Amino acid sequence: MQSILEPWPWYICGPLIAIIMFVLIYFGKTFGMSSNLRTLCAIGGAGKKVKFFDFDWKAQRWNLTIVLGAIIGGYIAHFYLSTPTNINLNPETVKTLSSLGFENAGQSLLPTELYSWDAMLSIKGLAILIIGGFLVGFGTRYAGGCTSGHAITGLSSLQLPSLIAVIGFFLGGLIMIHLLFPLIFG
Amino acid sequence: MIKSLKFLFVGIIFGIVLVKSEAVSWYRIYEMFKFESFHMYGIIGSAVTTGVLLLLLSKQLKLKNIEDSLMRVPKKDNGLIRYIIGGTIFGLGWALSGACPGPMYILIGTGAFSVIIVILAALLGTFVYGILKNKLPH
Repeated sequence: MQSILEPWPWYICGPLIAIIMFVLIYFGKTFGMSSNLRTLCAIGGAGKKVKFFDFDWKAQRWNLTIVLGAIIGGYIAHFYLSTPTNINLNPETVKTLSSLGFENAGQSLLPTELYSWDAMLSIKGLAILIIGGFLVGFGTRYAGGCTSGHAITGLSSLQLPSLIAVIGFFLGGLIMIHLLFPLIFG
Repeated sequence: MIKSLKFLFVGIIFGIVLVKSEAVSWYRIYEMFKFESFHMYGIIGSAVTTGVLLLLLSKQLKLKNIEDSLMRVPKKDNGLIRYIIGGTIFGLGWALSGACPGPMYILIGTGAFSVIIVILAALLGTFVYGILKNKLPH
């Protein structure tokens, strides 16, 4: 039981994620979480104004069911299957984060400096969450997929477009962390 | 109803695995882009390795899905610009918010309700892409 409560090693989690992808393909579907953002836009009525959202979203209900399950899974894992919940980060990472103003790095899943109610009520904190989310939503649709669709499914099926997209993911991530973070948080 | 239960179950497993792998943590994403831990590379690398093997094997064995047709992965359209530019924009947001579209939902379950702001902004980003789609190079 103790090994379930502790964080699971990468060599358990990686193959489990691949099995999830495979099970969905077996069910005649595909592993793509960002498609739900498009579906939610369509449900909200975006199809009346923009053609891109004018599709039969009811055919995508299975994927929204996965989202609902993922929320439940997150709840179960965090509140019943995790003691402790802190992240065992590289001490170097903790030190760098501290110099950027992030205290207690790894003591929770998300930094309070960005995700606490206090942070959200500051203009800078709110702007960071909104800009981050916007870029994810815009970028993933432009690239036609996210980590699940490109990095896991696309690479597993040896598709070149997905490799290009994953290179893009890393390019953007490296620019953000190495060039922009010191400007935003320095 | 029974049909959708299996998707609910897959979702629950997905949520549990991503929390237990710590891939939902903002800190793990930061650490990955700093190249200061093997953890995230191990997860993605072993997932892709397992995925390649499973898909090759199912092709060899001509495995069929529950609809009794051959297992099939949707093909991505050919292109370069949309993947590199779209991917880079996604990466910028991923590193800043620390959450990609799967973890965004999962984090709600862990009680991090402020992530709803990120989701709403991601919906807006998706909507704006839908408006600009025909004007963007792909």
